[in-house]
Amino acid sequence: MLRYLALKAGRALFVVWAAFTLTFVLLFVLPADPVDLLFDPAELNTVTPEVREQVADGYGFDKPVLLQYLARLGHALTGDFGSSVQSGRSVTATILDVLPSTLVLAFGALVLALLIGFVIALAATSTRRAWVRNLAEALPSGAVSVPVFLSGILVLQIFSFQLGWFPAFGDQGARSLVLPMITLAVPVSGPIAQLLVRSFATEFRSGYVTTSWAKGATRGGIVVRDVFRNASLPALTIAGITFGNLIAGSVITETVFARQGIGRMTQAAINTLDIPLVQGIVVLVAASFAVINLVVDLIYPLLDPRLRATLATGSPLTA
Amino acid sequence: MTDTAEERQDPLLRITDLAIDYRTGRRQWTPAVRGAGLHVRRGEFVSLVGESGSGKTTLVQGALGLLPTAARIRGGSIAYSGVDVTGWSDQRMALVRGNYVGFVPQDPNTSLNPVKKIGQQVIEAVRFNAPGARNAAQHREAALESLRTAGLKDAGRVFHQYPHELSGGMKQRALIAIALAGKPKIVVADEPTSALDVTVQKVILDHLARLREELGIGILLVTHDLGVALDRSDRILVMQHGQIVEEGPVRRILENTTHDYTRRLLDAAPARHAGRLVPTSGVRAVPADAAPVLRAHALTKRYHLRGARGRRREVRALDGADLVVRKGTTHAIVGESGAGKSTLASILVRFTSADGGTVHVGDREVTGLDRRQLREIRRDLQFVFQNPFTSLDPRFTVGKLVAEPLQAFGLVTGRRERTARVVELLTAVALDESHLHRLPGELSGGQRQRVAIARALALNPGILVLDEAVSALDVSVQAQILQLLVDLQAEFGLSYVFVTHDLGVVRLIADDVTVMRGGVVVETGPVEQVFRAPRHAYTRELLEAVPGADHTGPGTIRAARANTSIAHQV
Repeated sequence: MLRYLALKAGRALFVVWAAFTLTFVLLFVLPADPVDLLFDPAELNTVTPEVREQVADGYGFDKPVLLQYLARLGHALTGDFGSSVQSGRSVTATILDVLPSTLVLAFGALVLALLIGFVIALAATSTRRAWVRNLAEALPSGAVSVPVFLSGILVLQIFSFQLGWFPAFGDQGARSLVLPMITLAVPVSGPIAQLLVRSFATEFRSGYVTTSWAKGATRGGIVVRDVFRNASLPALTIAGITFGNLIAGSVITETVFARQGIGRMTQAAINTLDIPLVQGIVVLVAASFAVINLVVDLIYPLLDPRLRATLATGSPLTA
Repeated sequence: MTDTAEERQDPLLRITDLAIDYRTGRRQWTPAVRGAGLHVRRGEFVSLVGESGSGKTTLVQGALGLLPTAARIRGGSIAYSGVDVTGWSDQRMALVRGNYVGFVPQDPNTSLNPVKKIGQQVIEAVRFNAPGARNAAQHREAALESLRTAGLKDAGRVFHQYPHELSGGMKQRALIAIALAGKPKIVVADEPTSALDVTVQKVILDHLARLREELGIGILLVTHDLGVALDRSDRILVMQHGQIVEEGPVRRILENTTHDYTRRLLDAAPARHAGRLVPTSGVRAVPADAAPVLRAHALTKRYHLRGARGRRREVRALDGADLVVRKGTTHAIVGESGAGKSTLASILVRFTSADGGTVHVGDREVTGLDRRQLREIRRDLQFVFQNPFTSLDPRFTVGKLVAEPLQAFGLVTGRRERTARVVELLTAVALDESHLHRLPGELSGGQRQRVAIARALALNPGILVLDEAVSALDVSVQAQILQLLVDLQAEFGLSYVFVTHDLGVVRLIADDVTVMRGGVVVETGPVEQVFRAPRHAYTRELLEAVPGADHTGPGTIRAARANTSIAHQV
């Protein structure tokens, strides 16, 4: 069990480290002169060599790459990614300002997407009517094929401008969260629902379901008592991966709904070539992604006793 | 007559003229069961025997209302104690299932919910069938009682265990406990022991028979194994192509079968043959002191399990196993699951490498060879896998499958030459040119295994290692493949290593036999000698557990066997 824990935690740490290293190489090593990136291209020619040297010295660009890397890594470990080129504020503080709002949005959307997925899968499995099942199975591909910007505008039109139930933009209060959450959840609920529908159907055909029928159980009882837990396991894995997509997807949602968040900040940071900020964002997003997947890996053995057993006795026989 | 009162009573289960179709197209239905009828009385043990595709499982599913959605009942009726339940909804059938009829499914390994404790699963069965005032403690007590009735002495411990912590036999007992939990009047068991070892099978069947006597319940056993049916039942029903072709008491069936198919089944059952199969071409000539072609000495294979908190456990899959295969003979390796027989077979062909010991093919040692030398050796040493349904690439045509080894070794150059060789090989396994362009999916199980054998023969090997090569096949198909193997051996002078769990098959095909248990060879010698006078207690136990063995005695069977198509030595 301890081994499993160490392995999974190690993997999470590796992901974060890899993200840091990769961004370091991309942002600080590959550009011919990273100092160029720190200035507005229009003003670049007016910058005096003295100023450039001063800046290079301040960022440590004159030292060997390896030393730069180690120094930055050391700072990053203490949560210091330097300060934003644009605002001069500390990168960590800037990100932490908006990260919660994005995480809440992404997490809410994930929960909503899972709910939608489970409702569709349960409806498709529990019903005896073929048309209900067909309808439920057609919904996921429908959900996937609607792009976020389109569904976002559509949702805005109906619930905000027409009905006036929810505010159209801004990030004040829980009510402002509803529309972006729905917009973000609908497309990712598609793959989750599809996976769940399939895994519910597979489990519903399995041997232990026959045993339950033979015990005298009813259809609803079988779905809830036997199929649900076995069929939910794959959803857990995909939920972890989806979370990453949701953070990436927040760029569009936050733009459409004019919310502050990581998505919009990334966009701005890239536009203004705010290198320290970009690196900070990449590493922090990778970290939250790694944490979520670590949690998923740790939940697995709680739900599946077979996995628990292999963890307790070591790897199963390979022959 | 004492049974007149019984006669007047309605039987526990009566199926009349049942017809079940499977949907094969939009408006197309293919019959799976055609007008089948049967009945089971109180305290009666009835067996329904048939090969795969005979419709026996569909018939039972129909009786329990467990048909898949693609099936429909076209006609006939199902009645439990005179109550006609045909066409009942799931909701109403739920009251019959568990309560009146218990069901023991085929594969204990998939039939228990893997994420729930055994106790919980039995309690559910109790609760569904005893609604009302009973409280949780009583449910629990009833579930424990049921586990004990099913023969689990350590019911208290099993109660708190998950399915994966139990052996196959224990899982099947837990399933029997679930079937009994609703105090049913009749238990339907669909191949309850097919996935289990013979010794475990014997215990489970003994227990079912005892339950019948003690609780007076009726038992309907569905099986492909005529030996099991003959051993256990009061009456036997034989099913073929969706119809019951023969019905009667065991004695009558044994002494005087009226139907041709039943006779074929009886003849095909390996346990009912006393001697070895003889090649159709004539008499087999094996020199008594044939030189060994394959020798294994002191083979050892350990698997390491990483235990919790750094503890290391070791499983000995093979522990100093020896094997000598004489040229032109068949050496059978028998044992139950976990005996190490498959590990031994895969070490012989170097799919797995041994931790210790040596393997010699002819006078070359295989164990130390590098890749290229191994490739040369493999020309002489081919392998046939257990399951013909998974061992052939589904997208390759038969022609391509058989030609693959020829191409891999660059043996034939021209296209025409290659086709000629493939056809020659197909002819050797009693297939013909018409099969060249078929895909494995279009072939029956027996035909697929023939293709697998043709493929193994493509390089003219001297030795074939067959790992449970006939276990996945129906008895009548199995008999054909065994005959084919014997014929090929006579024709090409092949030596076989034949891994099997079925002692009946050993008797049919093998010259020598090695009995294994827990990675150790417990007994080895000529088949005649080992089977007639087993020296080791475990060999005796195995032999006694073989179903249908009791009926192999002189008298009744000899007469029936006199006119069989399969010739055998006396």
